[in-house]
Amino acid sequence: MTGSDLVMYEEEFRKIDAELQKLHQQSNAKVVFLVDKNGQLIASAGETHDIDTTSLASLTAGNIAATGGIARLLGEKEFTILFHEGEKDNIHISLIGQRIILVVIFDSRTSLGLVRLRVKKASEALGRIFDDITLKVEKEKGEGKLEESIFAEISDEDIDNLFR
Amino acid sequence: MSFINYSSREINCKIVYYGPGLCGKTTNLQHVYKRTNPGQKGKLISLATETERTLFFDFLPLALGDIRGFKIRFHLYTVPGQVFYAASRKLILKGVDGVVFVADSQIERMESNMESLDDLKINLAEQGYELEKLPYTIQYNKRDLPNIVPIEDMDKLLNNQKVPWFEGVAVTGKGVFETLKAVAKQVLFELKKHY
Repeated sequence: MTGSDLVMYEEEFRKIDAELQKLHQQSNAKVVFLVDKNGQLIASAGETHDIDTTSLASLTAGNIAATGGIARLLGEKEFTILFHEGEKDNIHISLIGQRIILVVIFDSRTSLGLVRLRVKKASEALGRIFDDITLKVEKEKGEGKLEESIFAEISDEDIDNLFR
Repeated sequence: MSFINYSSREINCKIVYYGPGLCGKTTNLQHVYKRTNPGQKGKLISLATETERTLFFDFLPLALGDIRGFKIRFHLYTVPGQVFYAASRKLILKGVDGVVFVADSQIERMESNMESLDDLKINLAEQGYELEKLPYTIQYNKRDLPNIVPIEDMDKLLNNQKVPWFEGVAVTGKGVFETLKAVAKQVLFELKKHY
């Protein structure tokens, strides 16, 4: 497979979760979540129960991809921040390290200024965690010990069972 | 580019349905959606025009089940088939793990099939992929129509790589799950090679 797959471990996941919880509280936002540029939801914090986070993740990634396409047409590398304003809810989308998308949904309980400020701080911390993950995966791949590989044992039968 | 989450014990993979305009990519997804248990699927999202032509993409998240304690999720996407949506088509291919090429079996659509296949290869190359190295399956769709090209001829024309192919009638569901299963299988075996 071209490019590197995104691998998430328990330890880093906990760190990411803690950062998101912090951002959620400090920015007074409704929901905060993190999406891979390919549309996979990585983690979330806040009132997610009545939100279809899977769809939201995929559409956010589509949104970032389309905006990135527009940027390149205009000779920009990327637009790193998107902001959509609604009647009640607003959504602030930003790119972290070209790979991860941070989404904050907020209402009138907070302000765009505060969200931007807190997002900036959180982005730096999250960026570092993802750098660590990349290093860790490369190291473990090099040593050939990527956790207890579940893939080694996948059989035809396992896959057939998925479609039963 | 799969997403392997050891923390939540999930594996997420992205499968893209490619093919010329009106070949039945969206219909494939609609059938999968219709025939999957509510607990296994998310919403089918279609970003389409008023005339139901795909504008950006269709998206269907599927949770098929567990393998060795890991939840296996596939995210199915379609691209807009019409030629002038080239820019959007490229974007959908980002991070793809497996490709289904849906070909339209009607005689007059052969040229469009070939054009779309070339377009697929070019767009993959731009993202640093090669079709030859990706999990890949072909579906020869619309086999129920009267004016169709024989399977052998289509296979000769469109399947140089000799990848698994299926006859399909997506509107009735024929071949839809067979196609999905074939590509899903390749995607999982590809992961096996790398991890």
